[in-house]
Amino acid sequence: MNDPKPGPPGGRAVPPEEAHGDVSVDRLALAEELTGVGASGAGATASPEVAEYALRLGDDSLLLAQQLGMWIARAPELEEDVALGNIALDLIGHARSLLHYAGTATSRSEDDLAYWRDEPEWRNAWLFEQPNGDFAHTIARQFAASVYLFELYGALTESTDPTLAAIAAKAVKEVDYHRDHATQWVLRLAGGTEESRRRMSVALDDTWPYVDELFDDDELVVRLSDAGTAVLPSSLRGPFQEIISAVLVEAELELPTGRTAFTASGGGREGRHTEHLGPLLAEMQVLARAHPGASW
Amino acid sequence: MVTATTSLQVEARPVPTDPAARRAWEVAATVTDPEIPVLTIEDLGVLRSVELDDAGRVRVQLTPTYSGCPALDAMRDDVLLALTHAGYADVRVDVVLSPAWTTDWMSEAGKQKLRRYGIQAPSGRAAARGTGPVRVQLAVKCPRCDSLNTRELARFGSTSCKALYECRDCLEPFDYFKVL
Repeated sequence: MNDPKPGPPGGRAVPPEEAHGDVSVDRLALAEELTGVGASGAGATASPEVAEYALRLGDDSLLLAQQLGMWIARAPELEEDVALGNIALDLIGHARSLLHYAGTATSRSEDDLAYWRDEPEWRNAWLFEQPNGDFAHTIARQFAASVYLFELYGALTESTDPTLAAIAAKAVKEVDYHRDHATQWVLRLAGGTEESRRRMSVALDDTWPYVDELFDDDELVVRLSDAGTAVLPSSLRGPFQEIISAVLVEAELELPTGRTAFTASGGGREGRHTEHLGPLLAEMQVLARAHPGASW
Repeated sequence: MVTATTSLQVEARPVPTDPAARRAWEVAATVTDPEIPVLTIEDLGVLRSVELDDAGRVRVQLTPTYSGCPALDAMRDDVLLALTHAGYADVRVDVVLSPAWTTDWMSEAGKQKLRRYGIQAPSGRAAARGTGPVRVQLAVKCPRCDSLNTRELARFGSTSCKALYECRDCLEPFDYFKVL
């Protein structure tokens, strides 16, 4: 996009009052943005392993954003339509940066990765593909996700990979607001009516089996964290648990323990997914696949 | 016109020292935020650098206020357009994420324009924000009647960067530019 033809001073004959009208540079090649490395200019290229790690993070955010977007015009109140829409927008921003970076390893664009991969190629944790359920389920998922993401990005700002560190430094401030929002809703629903409290409690029980997978260390992430690039997932469990527990004490709610505690097997990082991912991708990808090569 | 006096102002508005590059900066600095048209990208601290090489090529860097800010694409187009109109033939506008944007970079002049426009400017410094689960929210002044008797209606408002408040004295709703 950024190669306007050399021409006389004045360039294209667009009257100033139409400056927002006929702009011929709408197609933004993300390959030229999000360098994430300050003023170096050329965007950094990810190694295959770093790309795989960025893909995991990007997939988590993109699927969560896709699901939160479904609440727009359906949330319990107008302000919540706006809030979940805004949170989704932040998450799409994070996903775009991460998928763009992941794609540099294989010359794929963020759109290629978002729209042209099938289920086994997705690397998100199962938590992020769990359905919206009722509003309490969405809040329970959001509570777990935003507390996890806040800890993750906080730690990732220390990454030796400048692109990941830059994305994390940007994201952590936004996720802080998301965490605050989810926390307030957990407290509100827990302290609301008998019905809202019952639903919040059920939603936490239904959501928590999917939390463990977030803290699984596999060979890739151990190697990358040894190199200072990635955050070791297991290192986030303690700080995550501390915040979750503090909120739940205040809400006077308990997580299932002992014989009633069930843990999902997970496997999203290797491309094994629950039955929920397919329909989610179908809706997200249908337009792009119906018009291959189209740009908007 | 910016008079750099503090290191924060220099960080927020890294105006080139080279006169030719400075002229290009001043052209780019006229571009406004389409969602808050009273603020220029210079007021916001979104304009991060303007470089001019010997061949007359201009390279501009912008940073988003929020990761998903849709106004950024429009600002990018407008910078390209403004510089092209000013006679720069070869212009490139890149987006950078680092250092991450903060409301601390908003200029005093920008904050005043924002208030006159009816949006309360961020109060307090982002650097001072606590990280615990509970944060103290500084009182937000009504941009119309200056009352501190205001209430947050919604943390998330009309754009990523704003929250919705209401004034309990003049009873008007208003937007507040959130500290980030």
